[in-house]
Amino acid sequence: MGLGFRMKRILITDCGSTTTKAILIVSDDDGGRLQARGEAPTTVEAPHEDVTRGVLGAIADLESIVGWTLVEDGRIVTPRRGDVGVDLFLSTSSAGGGLQMVVAGVVQTMTAESAERAALGAGAIVMDALALNDGRSVHERIGRLRDLRPDMILLSGGIDGGTVAHVVELAETLAAADPQERLGQSTRLPLIYAGNRDARDLVRERLGGRTRFSTVANIRPTMEEENLGPAREAIQSLFEEHVMAHAPGYPTLVEWAGAPVMPTPAAVGSLMRTLAEVTRSNIVGVDIGGATTDVFSVVDGVYNRTVSANLGMSYSMANVMATVGAGNIRRWLSIEMEEGRMRDGIRNKMIRPTTIPQTLEDLRLEQAVAREALSGALGEHVRLASGLKGARLERTISDVFEQRASGEGLLDMASVDLIMGSGGVLSHAPRRSQAAAMMIDALQPKGITELAVDSVFMMPHLGILAELEPEIALDVFRRDCMVLLGACVAPVGKGRFGRTCLRVSLDGLARVEVNFGDMAVLPLGPGETCRMMVEPASGFDVGAGAGRAMTLEVRGGRVGIIIDARGRPLDLPDDPEMRRSAQRCWEESLDLFPQRQDHRAGMQEHDG
Amino acid sequence: MAETYTQGLTVAEGVRLRRQRRLPVKGTVLVRKNQSVERDTVLARAELPGVARVVNVAALLGIAPEAIERALLKREGDAVTGGEILGRSSGFWGLFRSKCTSPVSGHVESISTVTGQVVIRGVPIQVEVAAYLDGEIVDVFPGEGAEIEARATLVQGIFGVGGEVWGNLAIVGPGPDERLDPGRLDESHRGQVIVAGRGLMPGCIERAAYLGVRGLVVGSITDSDLRDLLGYDLGSAITGGEAVTTTLVVTEGFGDVPMAERTFRLLESKNGCRASLNGKTQIRAGVIRPEVVISSERPGEGGESVRAMGISLKIGTRVRGARVPFLGRVGTVTALPRSPVQIETEARVRVVELTFDDGSRALVPRSNIESG
Repeated sequence: MGLGFRMKRILITDCGSTTTKAILIVSDDDGGRLQARGEAPTTVEAPHEDVTRGVLGAIADLESIVGWTLVEDGRIVTPRRGDVGVDLFLSTSSAGGGLQMVVAGVVQTMTAESAERAALGAGAIVMDALALNDGRSVHERIGRLRDLRPDMILLSGGIDGGTVAHVVELAETLAAADPQERLGQSTRLPLIYAGNRDARDLVRERLGGRTRFSTVANIRPTMEEENLGPAREAIQSLFEEHVMAHAPGYPTLVEWAGAPVMPTPAAVGSLMRTLAEVTRSNIVGVDIGGATTDVFSVVDGVYNRTVSANLGMSYSMANVMATVGAGNIRRWLSIEMEEGRMRDGIRNKMIRPTTIPQTLEDLRLEQAVAREALSGALGEHVRLASGLKGARLERTISDVFEQRASGEGLLDMASVDLIMGSGGVLSHAPRRSQAAAMMIDALQPKGITELAVDSVFMMPHLGILAELEPEIALDVFRRDCMVLLGACVAPVGKGRFGRTCLRVSLDGLARVEVNFGDMAVLPLGPGETCRMMVEPASGFDVGAGAGRAMTLEVRGGRVGIIIDARGRPLDLPDDPEMRRSAQRCWEESLDLFPQRQDHRAGMQEHDG
Repeated sequence: MAETYTQGLTVAEGVRLRRQRRLPVKGTVLVRKNQSVERDTVLARAELPGVARVVNVAALLGIAPEAIERALLKREGDAVTGGEILGRSSGFWGLFRSKCTSPVSGHVESISTVTGQVVIRGVPIQVEVAAYLDGEIVDVFPGEGAEIEARATLVQGIFGVGGEVWGNLAIVGPGPDERLDPGRLDESHRGQVIVAGRGLMPGCIERAAYLGVRGLVVGSITDSDLRDLLGYDLGSAITGGEAVTTTLVVTEGFGDVPMAERTFRLLESKNGCRASLNGKTQIRAGVIRPEVVISSERPGEGGESVRAMGISLKIGTRVRGARVPFLGRVGTVTALPRSPVQIETEARVRVVELTFDDGSRALVPRSNIESG
């Protein structure tokens, strides 16, 4: 096959904890399209201990699909020679557990929280956030630091010209703990100092000889200002220069790549930011994995990312149960399930993380856990995606009436235009309506919000591409990655069950009146758009004010327009039987599960 | 013939097993290559730096940080004992004098005139690495440890709790499908590794701990058993460091699942043999499964080395279910359909057809089976 002058082949890999995923994008005058996707096990551990073997394995899988040669003599061919090779190769990585950091600041809700935001925004997992007021004694902090083996430490503390002694006290704690680096005993642990500039020399004196010490501008130069950029950039650059350089095979991967290798979550964040900027919308992204759940938000141009390191759907499934309690999982089940059976089921998934639900009962249980994991992760995100605590606000009269305070949460679900879900339990749910239901129940969108899922998990790939070729990345995102499920209409307010909550009509054709406590779906398929009129009852608000109607253009999707008239916040009946009955009604309205069992109870067990 | 590959746990006799035993920090190796060792032989020894304790001398004496050097009776590098006076203030005209003492024995590591803090480094902590297996040293890592080779019977479990222990294997109970009655445990089981069958009846864990049983090997436990053992709700499957009296190795999973017949019979054939047991489990990147190792067979010729878990899946392969509704059921692969099949959940997945020992057949997702 001959390639045109403007045609480009772009190969991107994401080296995950367990699987390396490769995608091949071809772009021409009509924009970019996903050509094929391949995968292979990640190979950072014995017996292979070379990440490039997994990368080449994933590319070989891809080559077998497209029939093109991309690799010769164990190397990716770039620049492309006619039909052989690719024009650009990029990679992201979270192999070996991703980037793991410890952060420290003087005050928990101020500099330590700013440091946490900087680390999370750079794509790290924060193993611990130390602060002088974190409730632990000094020797407990030292003990904790000795136990942890982070990839790097971010130390902050004090505004410029502020406290010196407290910052030095933190530095002395770190020095006493003498924390060791995760990947090698022979190298010194990278430490970035991003605190009070007046304490810089004293901190260097205490830590310079023990760590690979570097400094950047203060992340909190004043009480009213947060400056995360320099610390984020320093983290990402150290990630490639130091952390990845010591991981098996990474120097070769870095040499092959046409741009710095990014931590996977940082790449997803990059895509979210690009998308929000181009579409001028507010976006929330959730990525629910086996071990962790990431939440990204871009609201009014402000980007935040959090990772809930122990909320996930396989390795961490039992941790969801331990965190929220079995009762909170069971409240999402429409069927009766004995607690011991439920607990054992969750533990079995924990110890055999690659197995999949085979029965509807098992599927329901996993999706119930997913709701709690997503909800917990969003709660954590809201806590951290907040305004600066301790800052003096210039208040207006209306702020006083609304009781706005410093540290107020920045994420109001009513302002979110799109929720994008990713991760196996959402992307591979047997019915798309199940993915929509999980996101609605867990994240509780307010007003009118579009819902979408990632088709085959390529957001990291497109995120790193967005740094270089944003137009191609967005083309592929819209055409091959994002599966639009439809829109959710969720009035805010409370009413009486059985009383009208709202009326919705689509182009005057489909029309539905939904009572408080009910759910409904209006069909509007992928690629279809129409004018939607929403008339909430008195006391309910869909975005135009209580009881005020609104008309807007909406896009359809694989599910349609979902009307959620259960009110916000969503309260489930306390009585177990009433709750199960309500869940069954909502399942039926959204057509979540097969009504009639075509497979005999148990499984497809058949006679000999 | 269609062929694919599935994960599994190793249950085998006469394998050549190698284990690297390393210190957490550099130290001294006490064995040499080709030396025969027993499981409790100390291979290497090291000293970990003592725990650091920070004493805020300035705050305790009520003086400015920059003044602490004058008040201190010790200098950096000096040895101190627990309770020894570190420094004292002169007070006003000799009145209201105060003093501060060292909370631990060790030495003064640092004195800060910025914060007024003194760091006392506690006495070094000695760590040792034992052989764990009966075998022979095949490699020595200077300053770090050694590699041991043993010819052994290896039974990997799916989940465990507790660290390395050893004792003689005792089969208690008639078969793999029986639950262990605590009344069957007695004083003769002190220091032993007990093989139960299907599961544990209430009171077994407490009874085993009371009697000083070193280990329990069981087909399945319930979540409730686990909470009884640990005293809390375990979140992540990263175990091995729990402070439990009895190490536990589970071979099948959670719920009420019999121990695989083959596993039980193999352990039964080793009744009375010396066994090493480790409950350490890690189910994230770098999977570690718990194990029972009977390494009393002396090293020698033969024996297959164990490297990767798993089997090649083809018609006739014996496998077992790894998830409900077939968890723990053993069957034979009778078909390997190429195309994905829609299962009860409506997911379309690749499956195998299994024929169970009672003659019934079922389609099972390939991701839900493991080597039997």
